[in-house]
Amino acid sequence: MGWAIALHGGAGDIPMNLPPERRQPREEGLRRALEVGVSALKSHASALDAVELVVRELENNPNFNAGKGSVLTSNGSVEMEACIMDGNTKNCGAVSGLSTVVNAISLARLVMEKSPHIYLGFAGAEAFAQEQGAETVDPSHFITVENIERLNQAKDANRVQIDYTPPFQATNEKDTAVPEGDQIGTVGCVAVDSHGNLATATSTGGLVNKMVGRIGDTPIIGAGTYANSYCAVSATGKGEAIIRGTIARDVAALMEYKNLSLKDAASQVVKCSPEGTTGLVAVSATGKIDMPFNTTGMFRACATEDGHTEVAIWPSL
Amino acid sequence: MGGWAIVVHGGAGVDPNLPAERQEEAKQLLTHCLHLGISALRSSLPAIDVVELVVRELETNPLFNSGRGSALTEKGTVEMEASIMDGKGRRCGAVSGVTTVKNPISLARLVMDKSPHSYLAFSGAEAFAKKHDLEMVDNEYFITEDNKGMLKQAKEANTILFDYRVPLESCGAEMESLIQMNGLPISVYAPETVGCVVVDSQGRCAAATSTGGLMNKMMGRIGDSPLIGAGTYACDLCGVSCTGEGEAIIRGTLARDVAAVMEYKGLGLQEAVDFVVKERLDEGKAGLIAVSKNGEVAYGFNCVGMFRGCATEDGFMEVGIWE
Repeated sequence: MGWAIALHGGAGDIPMNLPPERRQPREEGLRRALEVGVSALKSHASALDAVELVVRELENNPNFNAGKGSVLTSNGSVEMEACIMDGNTKNCGAVSGLSTVVNAISLARLVMEKSPHIYLGFAGAEAFAQEQGAETVDPSHFITVENIERLNQAKDANRVQIDYTPPFQATNEKDTAVPEGDQIGTVGCVAVDSHGNLATATSTGGLVNKMVGRIGDTPIIGAGTYANSYCAVSATGKGEAIIRGTIARDVAALMEYKNLSLKDAASQVVKCSPEGTTGLVAVSATGKIDMPFNTTGMFRACATEDGHTEVAIWPSL
Repeated sequence: MGGWAIVVHGGAGVDPNLPAERQEEAKQLLTHCLHLGISALRSSLPAIDVVELVVRELETNPLFNSGRGSALTEKGTVEMEASIMDGKGRRCGAVSGVTTVKNPISLARLVMDKSPHSYLAFSGAEAFAKKHDLEMVDNEYFITEDNKGMLKQAKEANTILFDYRVPLESCGAEMESLIQMNGLPISVYAPETVGCVVVDSQGRCAAATSTGGLMNKMMGRIGDSPLIGAGTYACDLCGVSCTGEGEAIIRGTLARDVAAVMEYKGLGLQEAVDFVVKERLDEGKAGLIAVSKNGEVAYGFNCVGMFRGCATEDGFMEVGIWE
């Protein structure tokens, strides 16, 4: 069967005319993260270890919306969240509202392995990080100039919207962050190791200009992150749509309950989610990979033991 | 088939030695809530409004573990969470880490209706509540003497059971301490949650769940109740609310799976509930309630007891605790 790994750096309205200085560092980042994962799997690391390593790499890269480089809340702060799940045991760990923890995904793993709970948030999560000796830094470490710009753009646009749009109405579609020229999304990684064990990990700074305390799909098992013995899934896009659509769980549920293949399950789930909101990477127990998205693009990469590799942003022709 | 239906729960996992008066109190509260819900349904209130109003009643009453009467954190404070979902359009709202909002379910509803997000937590959630003039109280309001006592017992029990995955040594253990949930002996474990699911006369389903969480929990611990797909779910087909061991419910994506097996395997409501309780919980202990768009009610649990009540438009009504 062999190992297989897929990772993403966010799905969204990534314009085809993205300038090279914005595109290349991310392609490079995806490539490097892929190498980290492949290297781990080649040395017989477990899928769980591999996905954690890859996501740590992406968190440390300021070009992606996780860890350093996380987008900012409405008050200019960073609130990070992450989630990890072991397909074999369905053990999982999740964290939200982190502002000082260098690698949220590793804290999520610690919650899974070293606490009696699954999910810790905010001050409680930070206290746990201290207790466990997880690496923490000053919150300013995570903030980048680009993200300050993105926040300003979003705030400016909101000001205009408030002037010209009717008061917020309850609708089925949640209009979230203002579209900007250079969106960045969540990061995530799924893998199956040479023993057929599946694992998934997702990490994010969330939505630009989000309300303080807003939690997205990433740390919600079954929404942004899910793995069982059939497949491992990590989703990205508009969190509110991914939550409603229980995206990650649905891919596995379609495989399990309707006997769909990974590809059919993943593409059905993405098709049924509102246009422009959802992308995901998924890997099956038999080493199949699928990376569908209904947005303009999704930063992604994958590799299988038989030598296939791919790094891409827009739909492959 | 068809017509409105309502189910409420006050938590799964009940001490078999629960004194008779407590059992009676619980049944009376469940009955009262059913009547509230029935009254609302008869006045054609939509499902989403009915589940909110019933859960508000359960939160305000100190008997169960939500709102006033919530289980306490390890520091003796209260941190509440809740979620609500409208099957029509699958809109949802959730909150966690709520410490001063009198009715967390209403805050969850406000997140759904009045914010661009689906889930707000801790100080952000509190700020949002304040902005919208929700009723706020001191954290002390939620703390009851009963629960202060339970917290003490839980701390004592936990010094013995530091890792609940390790089975208890049987020498000296009384019958009750062999029944554990979430690592606590059943006499100390507080059933975690309250919930309500409703289908109205238009066939719209909704679900709502609210809790103080696990007794002696770590600060910041989030359970299944605010997680859409785990503790709460509603869609065109059904509405589901779960209770019990949060970890097991999360791993099993319990609420979503009831709907998923109906959708993807064509199971009926009770079949789906039974399937999920049997197949999705592994060694976990939990229960759930559900309604279908066709006016059916169902519930299931694999632990000792679940406080519940149900009623349908044709006059059926039942309140129970045990099997």
